[in-house]
Amino acid sequence: MTNEHLMPVAEGPYPPTEAMLAEPVSQAEQERGKAELRAAWKTPVGWRYWSAVNNTEIGVWYSLTAFAFMLIAGLLALAIRVQLAYPDNTFLDADRFNQFFTMHGSAMMFLFAVPMFEAISILLLPALCGARDMPFPRLSAFGYWCFLIGGVFILGSLIFDAGPKAGWFMYPPLATKEEGIGPDVWLLGLSFIEVASIAAAVELIVGTLKTRPPGMRVNVMPLYAWYVMVVGGMILFAFPPLIAGDFLFELERSFNWPFFDPERGGDPLLWQHLFWIFGHPEVYIVFLPSIAIAAMIVPTVARRPIVGYSWIVLSAVGTGFLSFGLWVHHMFTTGLPQLSLGFFSAASEAVVIPTGIQLFAFVATLMVGRVKMSLPMLWIAGALAIFVAGGLTGVMLAIVPFNWQVHDTYFIVAHLHYTLFGGMVFPLIAGVYYFYPFFRKKLMSERLGRWAFWLVFTGFNLTFLPMHLTGLKGMPRRVFTYPESSGWGWLNMISTIGAFIIAAGFAVFVYDLFRSKKYQGVIARNPWGAGTLEFSHDVPEEAWGVRSIPYITTRYPLWEQDGLVERMDAGRFYLPDAPDHQRETMVTSVIDAKPIYVQRVTGPAWVTMFAAAFTGGAFIFPTFHIYEPAIVCAAFAIVCVMYWLWTTTARPPEHDMRDAGLGLRLPTYASGPNAVGWWGMWITMLGDATAFAALIFGFFFYWTARPDFPPEGALHPDGMWISVGIGLLVASWALILAGRELNSRAHVARARLAIALAPLAAAGGAFAVYLSVRDLDPTSHVYPAIMWALMVWLCVHAGAGILMQGYCFAGSIAGKLTPKYDADLRNVTLYWHFIAFKSLVVGAVLGLVPGWLP
Amino acid sequence: MYVHSRNALACLAAAFVLSACDGRQSVLAPSGTDALSVFDLARVMFIGAVVLWLLVGTLFIYVTRINPREMSRRKAEILIVGGGVVFPVLLLGALLVYSLPLMNAPRLADEGLRVHITAEQWWWRVDYELPDGTRIPSANELRLPVGTRTGLVLNAKKVIHSFWVPALGGKTDMIPGRETFQSLQPVTAGVYRGQCAEFCGASHALMAFETVAMEPEDFAAWLEAEARDAQPPATAPARRGAKIFAREGCGGCHTVRGTDAVGQVGPDLTHVGSRKSLAAGILDVTAEDFADWIGHTDAIKPEVAMPSYDFLPREDLAALGIYLEGLK
Repeated sequence: MTNEHLMPVAEGPYPPTEAMLAEPVSQAEQERGKAELRAAWKTPVGWRYWSAVNNTEIGVWYSLTAFAFMLIAGLLALAIRVQLAYPDNTFLDADRFNQFFTMHGSAMMFLFAVPMFEAISILLLPALCGARDMPFPRLSAFGYWCFLIGGVFILGSLIFDAGPKAGWFMYPPLATKEEGIGPDVWLLGLSFIEVASIAAAVELIVGTLKTRPPGMRVNVMPLYAWYVMVVGGMILFAFPPLIAGDFLFELERSFNWPFFDPERGGDPLLWQHLFWIFGHPEVYIVFLPSIAIAAMIVPTVARRPIVGYSWIVLSAVGTGFLSFGLWVHHMFTTGLPQLSLGFFSAASEAVVIPTGIQLFAFVATLMVGRVKMSLPMLWIAGALAIFVAGGLTGVMLAIVPFNWQVHDTYFIVAHLHYTLFGGMVFPLIAGVYYFYPFFRKKLMSERLGRWAFWLVFTGFNLTFLPMHLTGLKGMPRRVFTYPESSGWGWLNMISTIGAFIIAAGFAVFVYDLFRSKKYQGVIARNPWGAGTLEFSHDVPEEAWGVRSIPYITTRYPLWEQDGLVERMDAGRFYLPDAPDHQRETMVTSVIDAKPIYVQRVTGPAWVTMFAAAFTGGAFIFPTFHIYEPAIVCAAFAIVCVMYWLWTTTARPPEHDMRDAGLGLRLPTYASGPNAVGWWGMWITMLGDATAFAALIFGFFFYWTARPDFPPEGALHPDGMWISVGIGLLVASWALILAGRELNSRAHVARARLAIALAPLAAAGGAFAVYLSVRDLDPTSHVYPAIMWALMVWLCVHAGAGILMQGYCFAGSIAGKLTPKYDADLRNVTLYWHFIAFKSLVVGAVLGLVPGWLP
Repeated sequence: MYVHSRNALACLAAAFVLSACDGRQSVLAPSGTDALSVFDLARVMFIGAVVLWLLVGTLFIYVTRINPREMSRRKAEILIVGGGVVFPVLLLGALLVYSLPLMNAPRLADEGLRVHITAEQWWWRVDYELPDGTRIPSANELRLPVGTRTGLVLNAKKVIHSFWVPALGGKTDMIPGRETFQSLQPVTAGVYRGQCAEFCGASHALMAFETVAMEPEDFAAWLEAEARDAQPPATAPARRGAKIFAREGCGGCHTVRGTDAVGQVGPDLTHVGSRKSLAAGILDVTAEDFADWIGHTDAIKPEVAMPSYDFLPREDLAALGIYLEGLK
């Protein structure tokens, strides 16, 4: 008998009938619910405020930090524009100019565009889903602190004149050979932030899949949530190749393993492939969330539901898929075969179709509606004008012969700023105006908003429209100076003037954002007359997210479900109270959003901050080639994370079931695919497997692209040790799987034995894999180097797996993990499914493939 | 400051339809077969883009300002399918059919002459290979015959660079450990400026070169001259400069064919005085600029490998300048 029979399931009537929903809630019951929720969701005060983990706090810190980084990156751009204002200027010297443009691009992409989307989504998503919080609030907090530490570290390098200066794309061999710590700051600092970005993406995906309100089937989800899911998925598959690239890159810089050094069999182009497999989806990772904001604003302005909902969803998903097939259009000039150029050219043009559908769906919505223009819509209109221009130049750039002319010129600078301002900055600002009443319970100024718009819009076009011409007249990108005879002086002067006008517009926006708005008093709850759930928010603010979790059957519930807000306020719907004074949210099924169980949500903690600080240490010390403190930091980070998981997650509950309201009784614990934690693990491992796939891609890239792979007379990994190692790792997987099955059948002692043996097998396996490559010299050639890299990757993963197995064993001994409450064990087994698969692949590549090599 | 500002407005207006603008480094002043075909393509695409932009803008203004009332849902759906699917498929299909064949020409093989160009930080090693296998080394300037296709075999020494002469054709990256290939076919004689287009370190901005397209008979004469050894110094100051050149060990890095200087580290200087520019397209070929360059390399080109000979007396630098400028 397995534990599926032990676990309680939801009981009681569902879905609720209109009669049930119409029944009034007594005043006393309402007051009790409110008091309990307030106690459970109380935001810490004083200095303890910084231990908060609630999405409303983390989201605000996150977005303000990303905005601050954006302003700093903007100041760098102004310095760049001053230097280029006229020929032969000496405002910045070559070295500083190169640091500035590198940091401008890197910060805008990694410290602003992606984190900003995640920040806004952390703020909005629970409200759109009528959820109390994100499913893993402490993970959000951990991600935020990582982001803050990493961002300050990276930008801080400029103060010490030690910033990276090889461009945001870090092409080797220039970047691998660069002296100083600049490239290390970039690689390690950004890897650190990328890990945080992936963590946030995992949480956003799980939030969208599992914490929607009852009844909100996928086909009535707000479009924003769809975009969150698509973009989260893209982050999950796009960032790992870059992380794999960073891993190889840093191994070359720190230990001289020649992955990108052509003299020892390496190839600089492998980095370009890995970078752009990340880099092109990145463009859409930045663009789609902004489209998502537009998809929220447009129906409100049109006062009509969106037209072509399914078309938009399909297009968003289609854009996500297509974006992974376009990366080579950043490499058209690298001398690749004509056939692949033609293919990638056509694929790049194909992305026009889903993009066009989305834009025309918005216009169609405006057609069928009675349009009432508003300030957010003005910014959307500006976005449309700019983005369409950027898209049209994008169509030109995908045409190979034209690309060969303008690639790496100011034409590209113009194009990318048109797409990013039109596809990101303008919609984002529109979103700030639109959602400000939701975020801050105040309104921003209409008059200042128009000033800001016209300044930024005019300044933008003045800066970037002439750059098309500058590029066509031959000015390459990333030059710190140009001669007077070039004739580019007047165009650059116009661009510089425009840049300062943009800055003035941003100054107006920033002032409006932060000026005191106390005089406004209590504002209207739904000032734009929107139809989606976030505008059912409480004014003045309450920390509980939603008073009660509604039953949703329509896409625009505030328009289409009468009396919804009143019933939510009265606590008529689900989870209207918190009898244990614990934070909870409701977990529903992926497709139909049927209630499954009530998830205990973690509250304020300092441990996330410590975990982030130690993780930071583990990434930052190696920048200076100091490894001992880094190892100590990594160990402390692991301890912090273990402590955090042990004390708050998957603990056996006091009561098996809880009254969830409307007669529904829900379990308070779930394990396996019902639980959010299992989904978190599954999704994380997909990302991890993508990074692994990128390394394997590297192996096959060398094999196909390099004639000297493997070099003549090369040593091969030892077949016997590989067989032993892989055998033991697979045995470890079998043991943990057996442990899970035995445990769920209540054979606790035998389960413990299996769980205790599993890490021993894994450790032995990892050691044997190490022995198999021990005699190869990874600095001699890329062939042994990639073998070593695969070994290191596998052993690090096995190490993490060993810790997890030990955690389960300790849990079983301590009574945290029982036959009935076995979520941890199920998640760890899931992790080991992936390890077993990776072990087999590594075994094949190390042990079998060399036999097939020429 | 604004040498060209008189033309500025005219040029900006003209750029609207991409009429040719002047400039020796401009896509808009094409003088090669490949650049001309891209120029025509660009003109078609720009006109199309402007029309499309205006259409979308007009539609948006119409539905939000001119006629903000409700329109039929059917029209709206036609817009999504028509504007988002049907129209782009037809238009982009046509564009691809028209444009993709144009990418074959720049990859066509040479018609006899091949030039091996290797990018260094931050200059160009240029080596002419005749059909009979003869090699004629040179540097920092490319000369091509008008009317025939010349092959360029591209390499890079340490980091990635990109070869680009906008007036003649598109660019091709130069990647260490890989050989890339492009060919060019100038149609009119003239001097065009090329520049490195891939960021290659501190002095990326200062890595240019002149491309001289010549009538075939002029080119043949020039090539014959280029193949000869250097002329011995003719004047007293030049002879003094030659002595200083030898004394300071310049020949350790540079080659002046016909002398003891056979270094391979820096640019070949055999006929440096006959080139159109100095220090990879950033200085003039005058005795003064030579002296200035040798005395202040790092100030003129940050992080350059050649040391500054700022310890040499000014008259020695001047003599060196006269000697080098005389290497016609």
